[in-house]
Amino acid sequence: MSDQYLSKNMLTRRFGVINPESIEEYINDGGYSALKKALSLKGSEIIEEIKRSGLKGRGGAAFPTGLKMEAVNLAEGSSKYIICNADEGEPGNFKDRYLMENDPHQIIEGIVICAYASKINHGYFFIRGEYIKATKIVEHALDQARAEGYLGDNILDSGFNFDIEVYKGAGAYVCGEEFSLLATLEGRAGRAAYKPPFPTICGLYNKPTQINNVETFCNIPHILQMGGAAFSKIGTPSSTGTKLICLSGNIRQPGLYEVELGTSVKDIIEKLGMGVPRNRKIKMVQLGGASGPVIPESMLAIKLDNQDMQKHNLSFGSGAVIVMDDRIDVLDILKRIIKFFHHESCGKCTPCREGLLQILILLDRFIDETANESDLQLLEILIETISLTSICGLGQAAPTAVKSVLEYFREEFTDRIHTTASALKGGS
Amino acid sequence: MKIKEILDKNGRTPDKLISSLLEYQKTTLCNYLTEDDLREFAKETGIPLSRISSVASFYSLLSTESRGRYIIQVCYDVPCYVNNSVNIVKELEKNLGIKMGQTTEDETFSLEFSSCLGCCDKAPVMQIGETLYGNLTSEKIASILDKYRGEKDE
Ligand SMILES: Cc1cc2nc3c(=O)[nH]c(=O)nc-3n(C[C@H](O)[C@H](O)[C@H](O)COP(=O)(O)O)c2cc1C
Ligand code: SF4
Ligand code: FES
Repeated sequence: MSDQYLSKNMLTRRFGVINPESIEEYINDGGYSALKKALSLKGSEIIEEIKRSGLKGRGGAAFPTGLKMEAVNLAEGSSKYIICNADEGEPGNFKDRYLMENDPHQIIEGIVICAYASKINHGYFFIRGEYIKATKIVEHALDQARAEGYLGDNILDSGFNFDIEVYKGAGAYVCGEEFSLLATLEGRAGRAAYKPPFPTICGLYNKPTQINNVETFCNIPHILQMGGAAFSKIGTPSSTGTKLICLSGNIRQPGLYEVELGTSVKDIIEKLGMGVPRNRKIKMVQLGGASGPVIPESMLAIKLDNQDMQKHNLSFGSGAVIVMDDRIDVLDILKRIIKFFHHESCGKCTPCREGLLQILILLDRFIDETANESDLQLLEILIETISLTSICGLGQAAPTAVKSVLEYFREEFTDRIHTTASALKGGS
Repeated sequence: MKIKEILDKNGRTPDKLISSLLEYQKTTLCNYLTEDDLREFAKETGIPLSRISSVASFYSLLSTESRGRYIIQVCYDVPCYVNNSVNIVKELEKNLGIKMGQTTEDETFSLEFSSCLGCCDKAPVMQIGETLYGNLTSEKIASILDKYRGEKDE
């Protein structure tokens, strides 16, 4: 893959260039002109452009954004809601924080355009409680947008009324899940619920609700500006546009990068992250965050492309790339990941609440080298059961890392079935 | 009282409950909500006490147990872990003379694990109150803690 894919600046172009606290600087840079354009179009025309762009949600599940907008647009009822999901809590992710702290108006512009397209009058900006600086910047940006007529009654004399309220989370990873987020907004404990019905039909206060990730909304003004067809030429046919990458772990230059979709994981690690410190070997890379798969070094040529990834039953999720070098003990990492999910489980359904605990017990047996052959089978059954029968995405995705280690690093388990296996060093 | 004031400002509907609880908790000395507090919230808002209790115990930023004036949260997750967060934890425990999950005797510091703080590019990371500290090394811990100790004596 040539370098043309690397370092595409679209969503991050204004980072460090404009003052995020100044709406004037955003406007002087062409900001809010996509909204002006949108206000001259019909809602259905806007949605057509988004559909044409091929944009898929950046919150992890890669659902086509245009289809989601269409569902909300067609849903019955005059009272609808739109929510920006800024509850970023997936370990390894920090892109939404950067977007809020560096270019808040880009997000707001995207939300207003979507709200206008479906005649939505109420919006929420749901921000993770721990993100104090980001919250202040967003609140300030909303005030400015209101003062300048981009929010509030009769936006830019279009007759359209819309406002956005900030809602601060209170510390619970599961609240990034849609129904759990809605429960929190309604002032209840954030427990998840079965889908369907989806929030697009039955969301906040049982009204049609559009929920999108921060990065997804940031793409909207760009699509309006360049047109859906032009946007769809960025990236690959199955994955259009750019992607923010949160690079962390054992890496020389960790940080936030924006790449054109289609870039390989290897290029991200070597050309942007400058490889692993002290030229150590890469043991494994986790994609997407704690709920994503762990792949070995031999697979790093894989591209950030839904089709390419799906061939291997993988996905790049919300765009985290966590690099781990050869000092790291794989099972030790798995234990930490499962502990995270067990701690964050809302406790509503048994497979997730109890099953994850059982995985922890089994992992300990392998770590202590007291496991036997049937423990391996048990582990595989547990993984299958938890991912198939949990109510929400948290439980469904929690065993992904363990599952991928069983596939790509099986010897890490089989070597420890008998006490003869040589002890692995490092990690803790 | 404080609770009344906050509710007068924020409103008494259920959707304002969590932010009001958070706001009130900040004003308490030991960073937690007592049973009496929860009762007063119930009385003021008309929301059942059981529901308020379930909210207060569900979210990690709300506490129903007494904590120190400064809460030190050390990130537990993998990007920080592979950057030796374990050493940071050891240094904090040594310096404060307490274990993770405990509060110092003088009620100045509580030491807790936290899930990813969204600063993995600066791993290992901890947060004290509202301030984030990244790219930590064991050597940096003593001077950071001393700042808070100094503040307390003033
Ligand atoms: C446990 C869990 C946590 C999630 N956390 C987030 C989050 O922090 N931010 C986010 O945008 N989506 C998160 N999601 C995905 C959302 O539920 C939802 O799919 C997404 O916000 C939709 O937006 P998109 O289509 O723009 O990606 C989470 C899902 C689950 C199951
Ligand atoms: S899968 Fe886990 S987090 Fe989701 S509803 Fe069930 S217990 Fe709650
Ligand atoms: S893993 Fe520690 S801040 Fe993200």
